[in-house]
Amino acid sequence: MTLLPEEIKKDFPLLSRTVRGGRPLVYLDSGATSQKPVRVLDAEREFYERHNAAVHRGAHLLAEEATDAFESARSTVASFIGAAPGEIVFTKNATEAINLVAYSLSNAATAGPEAERFKVGPGDEIVVSEMEHHANLVPWQQLCRRTGATLRWFGLTDDGRLDLDDLDELVNERTRLVALTHQSNVLGTIPPIEPIAARARQVGALVLLDAAQSVPHQPVDVTALDVDFLAFSGHKMLGPSGVGVLWGRRELLEAMPPFLTGGSMIEVVRMEGSTFLPPPQRFEAGVPMTAQAVGLAAACDYLTELGMDKVHAHEEALTAYALERLGDIPGVRIIGPTTTEARGGAVSFVVDDLHPHDVGQVLDELGVAVRVGHHCAWPICRRYGIPATTRASFYVYNTLADVDALAEGVRHAQKFFGTV
Amino acid sequence: MQLESMYQEIILDHYRNPHHKGLREPYEAEVHHVNPTCGDEVTLRVHLEGVGDDAVIADVSYDAMGCSISQASASVMSDLVIGKSVKEAMVIQDEFLELMQSRGQGEPDEDVLEDAVAFAGVSKYPARVKCALLAWMAWKDATARALGEAS
Repeated sequence: MTLLPEEIKKDFPLLSRTVRGGRPLVYLDSGATSQKPVRVLDAEREFYERHNAAVHRGAHLLAEEATDAFESARSTVASFIGAAPGEIVFTKNATEAINLVAYSLSNAATAGPEAERFKVGPGDEIVVSEMEHHANLVPWQQLCRRTGATLRWFGLTDDGRLDLDDLDELVNERTRLVALTHQSNVLGTIPPIEPIAARARQVGALVLLDAAQSVPHQPVDVTALDVDFLAFSGHKMLGPSGVGVLWGRRELLEAMPPFLTGGSMIEVVRMEGSTFLPPPQRFEAGVPMTAQAVGLAAACDYLTELGMDKVHAHEEALTAYALERLGDIPGVRIIGPTTTEARGGAVSFVVDDLHPHDVGQVLDELGVAVRVGHHCAWPICRRYGIPATTRASFYVYNTLADVDALAEGVRHAQKFFGTV
Repeated sequence: MQLESMYQEIILDHYRNPHHKGLREPYEAEVHHVNPTCGDEVTLRVHLEGVGDDAVIADVSYDAMGCSISQASASVMSDLVIGKSVKEAMVIQDEFLELMQSRGQGEPDEDVLEDAVAFAGVSKYPARVKCALLAWMAWKDATARALGEAS
């Protein structure tokens, strides 16, 4: 294997604990949230023990150090995705980052001439896909509801890919924004962004990528992706919860009206009204999640040292093995691509005559942690006519033996319920 | 192994051969409940004879999609409440709810709960309690609506 997961595991204290009945933990739910290496925990703790203060205010040494730590975290995160620090907005998570853009677009209606270009209204269209996580679907449904715009979407092919047959019709002169997943959290599919972004450019539409499952798992360089916005969460990439990122093109962020307002984001405040700071501060109202941003930077450093190419290759090997081992079990059907081509390490499956909740329960009993349900992407289940799936998702600390435990667990569930 | 304590034979029997399943006429109220965390769904109808708390539950019919726990629970629930008065059934419902909220510490009364005592093991798993309660909550809601219709 390209990485040494047995060695990597030692950096993650939680992974050495036992679960139900003293069994070793096999953690296959990193798609929901990843575990944290000691280095990330230490970075947070050190910030609180040594430098804690409210950033961007205060005249004391601690405030200076805290601000330096926060801004240095911004630079680290920026380099991790090939961006400039001024294009990185810290948010609570990817969900908030996407909502930030959605609300900024609807706020544009009343934000003056500079924001005019972002105005969305009746006759305008927003395009998403049927494989979106609810976080990249519901905010756009709601934006359409607020503004009178129309929501449209790419369908899916039977093998779990984006159906691009209607690309030119779907993305047209009326399209204002295309919001797509960069890697499906259920199917694992990595959609082809290039032709979609090219078509969006042609018609003057903005492109936002939900990168919550891509930035943690594959090398992402925003200069190579011809898109406008990228949203991701810290907790899925070995970082703390409570911190996420919106990357946006500088010239767009500069013209966009704020989403959340309050302290830290203002320029001048009078009783009659206020003016706002340039980005990224314009979008960071209130005292930010400073220790978490510092922890996220430590996670970026950790991943950079492993090498994101290697992280991706490692997960590809695990995915290939999982597709093979699960595919060998009679009655198991993979929901999503059955090869590793343009695919990440989320492997969803259904088992004949067994509900995913029951599969998950048996796996849990064996110490194998997976996700069951619709994974916050309910339309995918509807599309494939299934109530839910069981999903295993991999990360840097997973081994081939973890995949073996999964496959054996599924066979055990079949035996327990007498379906084979 | 803990699994057997959750998946008792009674539960698996009801899961494989659910009682009273399928939607039937007549009915005074129909509800559709979902468990948004896992997508389990139940459509449930109640047919009452009489009015108020003394009305007799003449039929409970349902169509459900979900895990073994939610399916078995719908089957056991319909067995328990059909033929009882609303007042009697509400007592059973309360007893079952209390058992499910007991985190494995409950001492179910078999005279009241009959087959439903088998769900005691489920109460140890907070994530599954909702599965066991789905059909019960749907029944309670449908009954309240049916009584509203009647009055």
